Amino acid sequence: MTTESTTGFLEHATRILFFTGKGGVGKTSLACAASVSMAQQGQKVLLVSTDPASNLDEVLGVRLSGAPTAIPGAAGLFALNIDPEAAAKAYRDRVIGPYRGVLPEASLNSMEEQLSGACTVEIAAFDEFTKLLGDAQATAGFDHIIFDTAPTGHTLRLLQLPAAWTGFIDENTTGTSCLGPLAGLETQKSLYDSSLQALTDASTTTLVLVSRPERSSLAEANRTRAELAEMGIANQRLFLNGVFVAQDRSDAAACALEVRGQEALAGMPAELAKLPRIEVPLLPYAPMGVENLRSVFGGMSPIRKAVHKDLSDAIHSALPLSALIDELEKMGHGVVMTMGKGGVGKTTIASAIAIELAHRGHPVYLSTTDPAAHLAATVGGSVPNLSVSRIDPATETRQYTEAVLAKAAPHLDEQGMALLAEDLRSPCTEEIAVFSAFARTVAQGEHAFVVLDTAPTGHTILLLDAAEAYHRDVTRTMSDVPDAVRQLLPRLRDPEFTRVLLVTLPEATPVHEAARLQDDLRRAGIKPYAWIVNQSFAGDGFRDPVLAERGSREAPYIAEVRDRLTTRFAVIPWKPDAPVGPELLRELAGDSLVFAGTSKG
Amino acid sequence: MNKVEVFDPPMCCSTGVCGPSVDPALARFSSDLHWLANQRIAVERYNLAQQPQAFAASEVVKTVLKQYGNECLPLILLNGAVISKGCYPTRDELARLTGVEPEQPGQAQTGAKLPVINTRCC
Repeated sequence: MTTESTTGFLEHATRILFFTGKGGVGKTSLACAASVSMAQQGQKVLLVSTDPASNLDEVLGVRLSGAPTAIPGAAGLFALNIDPEAAAKAYRDRVIGPYRGVLPEASLNSMEEQLSGACTVEIAAFDEFTKLLGDAQATAGFDHIIFDTAPTGHTLRLLQLPAAWTGFIDENTTGTSCLGPLAGLETQKSLYDSSLQALTDASTTTLVLVSRPERSSLAEANRTRAELAEMGIANQRLFLNGVFVAQDRSDAAACALEVRGQEALAGMPAELAKLPRIEVPLLPYAPMGVENLRSVFGGMSPIRKAVHKDLSDAIHSALPLSALIDELEKMGHGVVMTMGKGGVGKTTIASAIAIELAHRGHPVYLSTTDPAAHLAATVGGSVPNLSVSRIDPATETRQYTEAVLAKAAPHLDEQGMALLAEDLRSPCTEEIAVFSAFARTVAQGEHAFVVLDTAPTGHTILLLDAAEAYHRDVTRTMSDVPDAVRQLLPRLRDPEFTRVLLVTLPEATPVHEAARLQDDLRRAGIKPYAWIVNQSFAGDGFRDPVLAERGSREAPYIAEVRDRLTTRFAVIPWKPDAPVGPELLRELAGDSLVFAGTSKG
Repeated sequence: MNKVEVFDPPMCCSTGVCGPSVDPALARFSSDLHWLANQRIAVERYNLAQQPQAFAASEVVKTVLKQYGNECLPLILLNGAVISKGCYPTRDELARLTGVEPEQPGQAQTGAKLPVINTRCC
């Protein structure tokens, strides 16, 4: 590898930059920081988020829309959110609008309902994305377009779409497929072709893989690297975010953090290590606002606000995780779901809860719907009473397709089978297959504990939206629908059956995203049971200036969780050793923060 | 040449694979239409979610829709006149309705007339 200077990279950057990586690695922060710095060099920059749960607004401190908005304080920088829901609504209005007053109201309503599913959202978002990528005129005024892409699973889907769909159009002979919602898709083929060309042209596009110096984050970055390289996106960079060198050598935790980072980097996958690399040090603050963002790559010191609030008051009302598990255990069986922004430690928390419940003698199923899951690696071995699985989209889709074809075979001739097989290749099939598998997993909660480490926020919302749409539909048709699917939403809404734990870090963006998720869940009739504030640097254990400052800045966010967001919460301290394997996970379940002079609680 | 037009309920695909359960009737009917097209009948198929313009352009369809609501879908027209409302006919019925020679006994692909099942599509 070669370590590159940041200024050199930013000065010679390609026109299009994609930031991608596992949830929580700092994609948005680094994409914003790069945009701010490039604009400062006199470039005209368009920053785009394609994440359904975008937090560009919060990081930039500006209210954004679907059109480029100038960012005050950063001349030349414009930003926009591709909001898939809004794009889908605009699409529906465009399709249905001309027929208002022409067709009966009931017909318009049923059209609208058909165009409200997850596929329409996906297709509408993709359409917006393609406009920016494939239509030179739409972005003609900008020197650079920087995509703060969605968490990895979603990013891959989005990036793979141009190739998948271009292939689909080529092969689709009868024109009857699910891609129908994009009426006139064929006519847009040239737009898709130019999107694909832009993506694979090294002089146009750079893929920036963002990773923390952590094993799972690096593994994820390497997976993305390989998959996208295979698709012809070969111009790649690695941004290592949060590289830490302990300043106070007497701080054991700080030294352990440094060692952990070094070990992870030493064990980095070889292909990933070959990429040109930029290192960004761990900052004592989360970079929010144009001034702070400028300091990330600008070499200036950030604006520091002295924050030395006493945290003990905010934290003494927190429960240790073990006390929360005591309460969950009283249910006897049921579903426990950990939800929250990517990278907050949902997998670790879900694993710790599952292992503790299994240790107490309960049969437990631990599973995930996250396409980028690493549950088995976290649990790290076999545990009595515990069964670990994952809902793998590819496997589920294959099994679903086979089952449908087998069921239909006696009723259809060759032509009919060919038609059915073709329709099964549509993007809807995966959605439905994963959904059914999710419903089956939840149903196991009737007889055992099911602990679900769910996918990153945006995807989860789509999944629950799908649940709502299904619920409406299922109550209407009731035709041959599996019982698990019919029961799904009632089960998720039953507080005695399903308990949702919102996991967050004690920082602005994760807390506010989790708060938005809580609102979404409540709208869907699901009331989260408790909050878990993970990886806290508060407490007396941290003397290193960077870590101590991070800890002291947690106070307002922990207080916000306690005062405004929940009545029941746990705070879990940051651990020097990555909590992997049964012993460390059980230890995590029993830990609480230590404060000198506070014996409350 | 005789012309058959099928006006489907709103759905995203002609086989209904997007629904919470797959309805083989839809795939079967698609296949029957294909057979009909091979009997020298011009076949056109429109779906309310994707081709609303075809619905809006037909006075017959608009009138029936206003009178019966969405329950009249699928609506099948032969040379502009309604021949079937609210269900997918079998292959034999299609043959009878359009004056085509039915298949020889033993070759028939389909059984009873199938009711419309709403599908949740994109």
